[in-house]
Amino acid sequence: MTFAMKMAVAFCVLVGGLLLFTLNLPQPDHIWPLAQGTQLGYRGTGMQQVKSVEDLRKAADQIPDPFPAVSAEGPRASEVYENVHVLGDLSEEQFLRVMTVITEWVSPEQGCAYCHDENDLAAERPYTKIVSRRMLEMTRHINSDWTNHVAQTGVTCYTCHRGNPVPTEIWFKDEAPTKAVYAGYSPNGQNHANEVAGLTSMAANPSDVFLTGPSNPRIVPTTALPAKGSGLGASIKDAEDTYALMIHLSDALGVNCTYCHDSRSFMSWNESSPPRLTAFHGLDLVRDLNANYLVPLQPEYPAMRLGPTGDAPKANCATCHQGEPKPLGGAPMVQDYPELISAQVAPDQAPAEQPQAPAEQPEAQQPQAQQPAQAPAQQPQAQQPKAQQPAQPKAPAQQPQAQQPKAQQPAQQAPSGEMTPQQQLMQQQMQLMQQQMEQMQQMRQQMEQMQQNQ
Amino acid sequence: MAEYQNIFNRVQVHGPVYAGVPVASSATGRAGQPIVSYWLGKIGDAQIGPVYLGLTGVASLIFGFLAFEIIGLNMMASVNWSPIEFVRQLPWLALEPPPAELGFCVLCPLDQGGWWQMAGFFMTTSVLLWWVRTYRRATALGMGTHVAWAFMAAIWLMIVIGFLRPLLLGSWSEAVPFGIFPHLDWTAAFSIRYGNLYYNPFHMLSIVFLYGATLLFAMHGATILAVGRFGGDREAEQVVDRGTAAERAALFWRWTMGFNATMESIHRWAWWFAVLCPITGGIGMLLTGTVVDNWFLWGIKHGLVPAYPQVFDAIQDPALMSGGAQ
Repeated sequence: MTFAMKMAVAFCVLVGGLLLFTLNLPQPDHIWPLAQGTQLGYRGTGMQQVKSVEDLRKAADQIPDPFPAVSAEGPRASEVYENVHVLGDLSEEQFLRVMTVITEWVSPEQGCAYCHDENDLAAERPYTKIVSRRMLEMTRHINSDWTNHVAQTGVTCYTCHRGNPVPTEIWFKDEAPTKAVYAGYSPNGQNHANEVAGLTSMAANPSDVFLTGPSNPRIVPTTALPAKGSGLGASIKDAEDTYALMIHLSDALGVNCTYCHDSRSFMSWNESSPPRLTAFHGLDLVRDLNANYLVPLQPEYPAMRLGPTGDAPKANCATCHQGEPKPLGGAPMVQDYPELISAQVAPDQAPAEQPQAPAEQPEAQQPQAQQPAQAPAQQPQAQQPKAQQPAQPKAPAQQPQAQQPKAQQPAQQAPSGEMTPQQQLMQQQMQLMQQQMEQMQQMRQQMEQMQQNQ
Repeated sequence: MAEYQNIFNRVQVHGPVYAGVPVASSATGRAGQPIVSYWLGKIGDAQIGPVYLGLTGVASLIFGFLAFEIIGLNMMASVNWSPIEFVRQLPWLALEPPPAELGFCVLCPLDQGGWWQMAGFFMTTSVLLWWVRTYRRATALGMGTHVAWAFMAAIWLMIVIGFLRPLLLGSWSEAVPFGIFPHLDWTAAFSIRYGNLYYNPFHMLSIVFLYGATLLFAMHGATILAVGRFGGDREAEQVVDRGTAAERAALFWRWTMGFNATMESIHRWAWWFAVLCPITGGIGMLLTGTVVDNWFLWGIKHGLVPAYPQVFDAIQDPALMSGGAQ
């Protein structure tokens, strides 16, 4: 056997062995994260989404079960409790339900005390109470005024918080990199190692450049030839800033450029896919939230919640999306909490006709103006008169004050019919909370009487 | 029988080291006692030296060193003189041209691109001096000046993107930053800013010549190695006196593709492909922003862009509807 023949045999064995090895493993994705592509656009145009198998297998975040719906009747929360500004339009039961579920979503470990002074729930402290009140206003604002981005899917506290008192995906202004005097020109913190802009040397914090106020990421001319008298147009540095912002979007949504754009012309709207429109409104939405809700809260925060340059925590695309094209897989959580969409109307003041539930609105393209009119229509359960008198639920054994008249819960109105263990637990928590609130109110009345007697 | 081509030289000719042919006029002469390196002889000539630096060579090295130092020290300053950060972040660090607001300033502030101007000036001077050197050494040896003109093609592209384009557009900010990632990011952003450079016909030509040059080089190298056993590597003689090697090589290509270059013409093919790559590239860059602002739209205008069936629901620019740009 000549040397060449030996080499040839060795080569064949090697290649054949490798081939057999791959044939033997139908799903070798535990070896390396194989990518899975889905064609979106016309064939041959590269319009496809690539997902790593690892991402696909990652189970969607556990979406909390909806809390059982409660009666909308009775006195308003603003009449029952002191110092209720945003949710004062709810019935007492609705109010307690929202309070309980916010605790589940935002501070499951810290409990009510995270946002309330436990000795005086009505007090304007701690700072988290002031912040959370503004957050409730913000949530209603998003759900009722930004349907061109959130559609009927909407957002709840959970969309961003996911069980954390401070959402994980927030951002601050960066400290400018320390440079010696006379170092060269490097705007927007670029030309330093950073992961936000995808390990490039482009703008280190595109959110700071584009998402705090009015801004214009458009850098590609809309005419083939330079327009006379229009100057130079966007600079290449501007193009890098926009590129960095797009990297953030891609990263935050877990999508390729081709989710929205045809890569042969990023600028052309004719070539783009419909999600680009939703993303366009999303950028406006984030600017609105930062400028009108998040940045103005700066004086309320303690120093530990502020960024390195003393600025308030702010939102970008990742704050809600957290790596998904639609946050929480597009689950319309807010449908179970109409209180988070807009102000509620008491049943006796509601319009006479029973409104129909709106048709499915899969895409975010309706004009904003429709939303407020539709909002009441989305809560048929909450507007039903409380016909059925629910059975007295079992009061927890350790609660001696179980004789309060308001402890009944309309358990039959749970949307799914049967309650999951989690829902039962939630209901118990709600009852407990209600009892505590009533105790406190009794105590306060007693104290007031004592003061008057003195 | 069992013979295969190696990437290393199989033959090393060792004679006494020599200074080379005498040169009529020379300012400084050749420097250094030649030595022989067995390992370098594996991939090239085993004799190292002598070196001819001369006036232009020395000046070129000095200017090149100045440019290199300005770039390096600026990068060092941008991490506040921390050697650890300098090493860690080196691929990201940059020396940027002046910002767009300063236009085509003659003497920009040092921290606003002034250092970049200096580094660019010194680098260009260094490269041009080195070009003079390649030209003059070639004539000193009685050679043609093909190497110098091929080098000039690359210098043309460098000067277009670093000086001529910024000059025509009136803004230094169009120029390339110094830095590893920064100059790559500039390249990507440049294409996006001008509506996709792939629709620039001169960019297309440049790519043709780039890939074409590598293909020609592979074909030529393979052909000559393959006929080496018949003395095919004695190409210069075979230009005028075809031996069996040249005949076999020519016949091989006629058999496989019907046409063959000659021992002479293949080198012209290779030279022109290589030289046209930066020449056409430079033309394409010079046209970008000056006469064409969006190459994709230019391509539509001239029937270059294929139309595909509409797959998605048509959407419109929302800024046109609401009246404001986003």
